[in-house]
Amino acid sequence: MDKLTLDREFTELYRAHLKDVYSYAYYRVGNHHDAEDLTEQTFLQAYRHFERAMAESDGRPLRPWLIRIAHNLAANLYRDRSRKPQTPIDDTQHLRTVHTTEDLVEGRDELARILEGVQQLPDDRREALIMRFALGMDNREIARAMGRTDGATKVLIHRAIKQLETIVAEQGVPA
Amino acid sequence: MADARKPEPAGLIDVEGMLRRALAPVEPPDDLALRLDETLTSVTDLVAEELEAWELAAVRDPRRWVDALARPAVAAAVGTGAGAALVALRVHQGRSKRLKSARDPLAYVEQTARAVADETRRVLDR
Repeated sequence: MDKLTLDREFTELYRAHLKDVYSYAYYRVGNHHDAEDLTEQTFLQAYRHFERAMAESDGRPLRPWLIRIAHNLAANLYRDRSRKPQTPIDDTQHLRTVHTTEDLVEGRDELARILEGVQQLPDDRREALIMRFALGMDNREIARAMGRTDGATKVLIHRAIKQLETIVAEQGVPA
Repeated sequence: MADARKPEPAGLIDVEGMLRRALAPVEPPDDLALRLDETLTSVTDLVAEELEAWELAAVRDPRRWVDALARPAVAAAVGTGAGAALVALRVHQGRSKRLKSARDPLAYVEQTARAVADETRRVLDR
């Protein structure tokens, strides 16, 4: 494939999935600053390997490949810093950033509860839920992004939802 | 007064609905796309800069004239497709290390030229 076509294809890819990669990065690292860095690094890495990925994709969507790159970079980030996110998603900031005033009036407590619950999940379960609900990925896409089988992914998501249900139930509602 | 809460029966909670509302997609900042465009463009431009540095070093050192004669062929090879970006990225990654170890600007240019040559060879060997 010539450079012009390759660059055009890559531009399309990154315009189509910038929001996906950024959303994943944001929910993974918990703040906008690191999310921007992670997004930038993801697309640079993707650009380096784009030609080969195109050849190997056999026409399948490249979104899981992009998210897998972001996932690996985020894992490296935590390993390098030897820590979990310094700032778990700040509920107040997050709710203001992502949701409308109307949403907040109606369900601030509910949204805060669920975000708190998501933070308590093991990494793989949390990631699977982010991919499903923030990015709208189906089981097959999530499986490809996480390097698992479709069946294992289905079980992972089921268990994540069950665990979250228990956590949220234990948090309870105002008496 | 502390916020008293009572447990809620798990079966009554619509966790999936709550997740859909809580994990809404996040809009990237306006300047991120612009910055990404610039970064990707500069990665490609970097190849040209590094190759110019290589040429400069070769001209000053007669021992490298043979390399200088071979340069156009290599430049053509790395100047296309993802190979160019790959060479540029790898050379760029070693920039601070070369700056620290170089005795003077000419030594830095020479080290950079060597790094471009090594990375080019690696890319061509793929």
